[in-house]
Amino acid sequence: MILSVKDLTVSFATDGGVVRAVEGVSFSIDKGEILAIVGESGSGKSVTAQTILGLTRAPNASITGSVEFDGRDLTQLDDEALREVRGKRIAMIFQDPMTSLNPVYRVGEQIVEMIRAHQKVDKKEARESAVDLLRSVGIPNPERRVHDYPHEFSGGMRQRVMIAMALALDPDVLIADEPTTALDVTVQAQILRLLDKLNRERGLAVILITHDLGVVAEVADRVAVMYAGQIVEDATLDDLFYDPQHPYTWGLLGSLARLDQPRPIRLAQIAGSPPSLLNPPTGCRFAARCPHEFDKCSEPPPLHGDRCWLDPADKRRLRDVDGHIGLRKDVAS
Amino acid sequence: MLRFAVRRLFGMAAVLFAISVIVFLIFNVIPNSDPAQRIAGKNANPELIARVRADLGLDQSIVTQYLTMMKQIFTGTLTSYASSQNVGEQIWKGLPATLSLCIGAAVLWMALAVVFGYLSAVHAGKFTDRTLTILALVGISVPVFWLAAILLYYLSFKAQIFPTSSYVPLTKNPGQWAYHLVLPWITLAVLFVGFYSRVLRSNMLDVMNEDYVRTARAKGISERQIRIKHVLRNSMIPIITLFGLDFGAVVGGGAILTETVFNINGVGLYAGQAIGSLDLPPLMGVTMFGAFFIVLFNTVVDVLYAFLDPRIRLGEAAPA
Repeated sequence: MILSVKDLTVSFATDGGVVRAVEGVSFSIDKGEILAIVGESGSGKSVTAQTILGLTRAPNASITGSVEFDGRDLTQLDDEALREVRGKRIAMIFQDPMTSLNPVYRVGEQIVEMIRAHQKVDKKEARESAVDLLRSVGIPNPERRVHDYPHEFSGGMRQRVMIAMALALDPDVLIADEPTTALDVTVQAQILRLLDKLNRERGLAVILITHDLGVVAEVADRVAVMYAGQIVEDATLDDLFYDPQHPYTWGLLGSLARLDQPRPIRLAQIAGSPPSLLNPPTGCRFAARCPHEFDKCSEPPPLHGDRCWLDPADKRRLRDVDGHIGLRKDVAS
Repeated sequence: MLRFAVRRLFGMAAVLFAISVIVFLIFNVIPNSDPAQRIAGKNANPELIARVRADLGLDQSIVTQYLTMMKQIFTGTLTSYASSQNVGEQIWKGLPATLSLCIGAAVLWMALAVVFGYLSAVHAGKFTDRTLTILALVGISVPVFWLAAILLYYLSFKAQIFPTSSYVPLTKNPGQWAYHLVLPWITLAVLFVGFYSRVLRSNMLDVMNEDYVRTARAKGISERQIRIKHVLRNSMIPIITLFGLDFGAVVGGGAILTETVFNINGVGLYAGQAIGSLDLPPLMGVTMFGAFFIVLFNTVVDVLYAFLDPRIRLGEAAPA
């Protein structure tokens, strides 16, 4: 266990009231593991990821729970101590490689800046490492490209630069916050393969934040599904796809476009929208959209495993929609 | 680069041409501006007025008059109607004082604006920011002539900390030069310090939310370095544009009030006197001189821009 998040709650004071963006989130990741956190926009997955590195710290933010890493609770570290962890032990890449690099500095300078923030090396040495890093993530002509500005790279190449930078100090954990969302599908596959390769070759633990179950299926070992600020299900990749426990997961799987089935007239969707996080329901947060809701759902759901009150045997029956996993349209329980 | 230079040169010529035409026309339509009448005196008879008019070439068509004036400008023979002095020489004589005033004030206003804007942004919403905000608004609102008068009255006349007025050339005595210019520098800089620090503050607050600042933070760079290398550096780009425009404008006539109140014998004071006597040649000369500086600094800023923001290449459209 290299990193362990326990009962993490992040809320922000806004003009409209306190938004509880993340509530009671717990998960952990082992060395060499790829954990995917999936969820739709606003489900709290990015806030969770950024809170690990303290990037959500702000005067209006309140953070409780713990992030245990290397025997320390990162949420309790002061900025100076956290700075030592950022980049060096836990590195992060972001969704939009177009805006995540500073447009006015050469990519080499930005990698050098990262190295020199943590290691006492001279600029020349750091630049040589930058060239090696760019080469290792598959950027052609790194000796020349190291002098180019971010706008002279394509989206996929910029994400490779971000990854090269993240790897500069050989971190233990890489947090990838929607790393492929802004990229073309063909480029997405290349970036995922690169992450997979780094994970296998370096034993790098990867926390992959995504809304794309296709991406999850491609590389993840384990999956945590987030909904309305909570993790509703945490399972291995196989279990998630073949034995999902939470109706929200059924809905996600049911809404996938599949090539191995006759083409539906319309893709399935989950009716309704997530609850406001200003004033979330005390019971199951998915209940209002769930066709299988019953009395018990108004009580806070169990914290271990999946957050659903249904009996496992009932689940197996209820999630079957025409022989495949999905969420039924009408209340049939 | 060559295409850029050529295009810029053409643009400059077009702007200067347009300005000269407008100034000339305005002068010809405002009432009571007939130089012949003024020069001939209050009780002159019509013949005298007619003779003066013929001497000055004012009896010719307006187009001919304009062309003559342009020819004089380009040959450096433009002379004042009122004093018969050569306009070019007068501007040249006033230039050291005006540049001393403007460059000094510009250094002061940029330095203070960066410091105040930076502090304001870093402490946004806190006491420092609120105080600086109020000071900035005061600085923007205070009229230059009032501020100049107040400074002169209290610091020069009452407390006698600073000399009352006039200009000592730098070549004559650098110490006295600076000493005499302190109050004018402050007077001229106050407005810009207030304005620029507000603009810088809001730029910095915008840039702080940029993704690349989050990246920098995730890299483990110190907060101080993030603010200076990433936030301030990127926030300065629009400030440089403003500076180019304003500095050109200040050299080209924006310092009229300051020069007048402090009795600095510069281009501004010369322009002020020409306005007082409705003397077209010096007005035209000073206006063209000012316009030239504004256009020039605009071009300088565009070149500088390409260095500050590598996404911009001269002679190409900026990327979306």
